[in-house]
Amino acid sequence: MELVEQMLGSDQLALARLITLVEREASETPQIIKSIYPHTGKSYVVGVTGPPGGGKSTLIDRLTAVLRRKGLTVGIVAVDPTSPFSGGAMLGDRIRMQQHYLDSGVFIRSMATRGSQGGLPRTVRGVIKLLDAAGKDIILVETVGVGQTELDIMEAVDTIVVVLVPEAGDTIQTLKAGLMEIGDVFVVNKADRGGAENLVAELEAMLHQNLKQTWWEVPALTAQAANDIGIEELYERIESHHQALQQMGKLDLKRCEQRKKELTNMIGTKITSKFSELINEGGEFTRYLEIVERGELDPYSVWEEIIYDRVLLRTWMRRLEEEIR
Amino acid sequence: MARFIKVLVAKPGLDGHDRGAKVLTLGLRDEGFEVIYTGLRQSPEKIVQAALQEDVDVVGLSCLSGAHSYLFPKVVGLLKEKKRDDVLVIGGGIIPPEDVPHLQEEGIAGIFGPGSSIGKIAEFIRENVRERAA
Ligand SMILES: Nc1nc2c(ncn2[C@@H]2O[C@H](COP(=O)(O)OP(=O)(O)OP(=O)(O)O)[C@@H](O)[C@H]2O)c(=O)[nH]1
Ligand SMILES: [Mg+2]
Repeated sequence: MELVEQMLGSDQLALARLITLVEREASETPQIIKSIYPHTGKSYVVGVTGPPGGGKSTLIDRLTAVLRRKGLTVGIVAVDPTSPFSGGAMLGDRIRMQQHYLDSGVFIRSMATRGSQGGLPRTVRGVIKLLDAAGKDIILVETVGVGQTELDIMEAVDTIVVVLVPEAGDTIQTLKAGLMEIGDVFVVNKADRGGAENLVAELEAMLHQNLKQTWWEVPALTAQAANDIGIEELYERIESHHQALQQMGKLDLKRCEQRKKELTNMIGTKITSKFSELINEGGEFTRYLEIVERGELDPYSVWEEIIYDRVLLRTWMRRLEEEIR
Repeated sequence: MARFIKVLVAKPGLDGHDRGAKVLTLGLRDEGFEVIYTGLRQSPEKIVQAALQEDVDVVGLSCLSGAHSYLFPKVVGLLKEKKRDDVLVIGGGIIPPEDVPHLQEEGIAGIFGPGSSIGKIAEFIRENVRERAA
């Protein structure tokens, strides 16, 4: 593809256009991914997540400055939620990253979650691959993370940085189930507001209790992104995690798992969406649907009848096979 | 495949009031657009670079400083230079009526004064945004 050739020749316009296509799940997407695939796998991908307003974008901005000083090129993907009511979105992360706008070594792209469940658009993996193929050394992915639904970020990045604020101490028990388990590095930002050291101690105690693995002790740091404090330390911890993953052979293993997950998720999404279209077409299935709609039988009983209805199942399978191609 | 329209709202110029730009941003979001707000005091170069990376369909410029006659055409010119002359550029803020013809000549497709309703602006965008080949 011509656009891909241009992108590989570091044309920003081509990269931007390709991202749009992949983000829209345009029909060209398989062809795009196919042709960039040999050029991927070189970037290191870092997820930055945490509750709204914790300072994730500001932290990314400062971290990017550190990375640039070390001569590394940076791709940033900043995700914000799509409004379920209007379908619109306010993408406001970029506003914190103005110092990098004119740096050709930094490419910033905002993304809305669009039709995806949870905090991560399903197309984000494709977008990461594009930035990777475009030669970015480090890719930073910002997502809002509040609970269980936001854990998908694990499947797309190498290191996860969880950003909290000192006041999070009160809610730390509820965070336990979600964010607490996915962080490879914890940052208590806005340390200028006090209480940060307490939270770090609490975090350390908790992380120590449920030690995920012996080869990496999850650190908790304080930072003041707005005042550019603690950023170099954050970089060092991310880099140590990267080293640890690599030395233990875990990086390849992780990426291998992610590829597997990507394929199975893709199949799941494609089949589910085709299948719900099919079901809504009606046909033989309408009879069952009416029974449930009228409330004559409960859905479980109807389900049992459906799975023994060979004719219906075969029709579905045949139609699915035709449709999915 | 749903068509998502991406809009960049930017404030070139040196005045420090971005209430109007914020209202526009939230309003357009509620109209179903994906809106990127880049903040105060943006140079035309920065605005265009952001528009390029974000691959937006529309750039909405808001200016209260009076420098619109220079800044708006500058953005249009830079977009053209970057081969993005397909972007729909609209402008708002305090713009005297006598400046409007000049701005339109320079490629600002729509000018919306302080009283303009978000609904009107949204409608204008939907009607004038270009279908994209890629
Ligand atoms: N006091 C203090 N404020 C900070 C610090 N870092 C960031 N902020 C402020 O916190 C606010 C939110 O910062 P963002 O970087 O936008 O936070 P975010 O987590 O990206 O926010 P969302 O993307 O909306 O979830 C801004 O007003 C920042 O200036 C800090 O170290 N101390
Ligand atoms: Mg943010």
